[in-house]
Amino acid sequence: MDLFMVVSLILIIAMLIAALVAAESRDLISAAIAMGVVSLIASILFYMLQAPDVAITEASIGAGLSLAIMIFAIKHTVRWEK
Amino acid sequence: MKRAVAAILAILIFIVLGLAFAKIPFGNVNLEDYHYYNPIQDKQTSDSVPAHYLKEGKNETGSTNIVTAVVVDYRGFDTLGEVTVLFLASTGVGSVMYIFEKEKRRKVRRANAVVETASKLLFGFIILFGAYIFVHGHLTPGGGFPGGAVIASSFLLLYLAYPKFHAEHKSLNVAESLAGLTFVGVGLIGLLVASYFLYNFLPFGLPTYLFSAGVIPIIYVAVGVKVGSELTGIVDAMMGVRE
Repeated sequence: MDLFMVVSLILIIAMLIAALVAAESRDLISAAIAMGVVSLIASILFYMLQAPDVAITEASIGAGLSLAIMIFAIKHTVRWEK
Repeated sequence: MKRAVAAILAILIFIVLGLAFAKIPFGNVNLEDYHYYNPIQDKQTSDSVPAHYLKEGKNETGSTNIVTAVVVDYRGFDTLGEVTVLFLASTGVGSVMYIFEKEKRRKVRRANAVVETASKLLFGFIILFGAYIFVHGHLTPGGGFPGGAVIASSFLLLYLAYPKFHAEHKSLNVAESLAGLTFVGVGLIGLLVASYFLYNFLPFGLPTYLFSAGVIPIIYVAVGVKVGSELTGIVDAMMGVRE
């Protein structure tokens, strides 16, 4: 196992944990932030796989714009899932 | 009863479709004698399509970045469709949120001093970075879509820092329409010059220089401005405050 494989395994496991948190959390704001973490780790993985253009797009749309819009929508409805 | 009959019919139709598709060969079995007809040079080659792009892309389009050569030159019409889909999405969000806005006005609260000052300092640099990404789309990784997204995120920063800020709709619309017209206009000039749409009619120049690759930089600047203004429009529809 070389360094690339170890780092990408750690990142993928962190991504899976964040995705589970996003699916299971009852606090919608922490679920949205976990979705942002999934996008951020995906963009790091894209960068490691030598696709820097896709990494920039994923970071700015997935972790930036959609996270902000989701948090804004939650702020104007309810925060806790019933 | 009706449901069961419908389900059986649907399953039968899918089975027939599956059997029909199973008869069609996709691609070639023997990769060695693969024949690809090249319409530009008007001859048969044994390269597969990706191998041809990697080998000849630089000579045929003048673009150093092969991804950009594929996205803007070989598959330019697809990119026009993608930009149109994004335009429709932006229009949909704008129309839905506009009705919502009219009913209820939002209470606003000031952001703290750190966010306000930092966003003032960073705004210009983020716009500059986005413009760099799409101006150098044919030389370095990146292009119109990432550049536009970065520009939209810089506007998002302003929306977060100054709750009363909102982008002018008229200038957003003008920028978006002009960019779309530039894209289609460049394509139509190609149609006039060489009888097919989006033909690369400008001289290629020296590879790895800023003014190279013919019409690709023009199209990518147009795509960058268009994507940036559309995503800013979506952010504005979601978070903007109408007085």
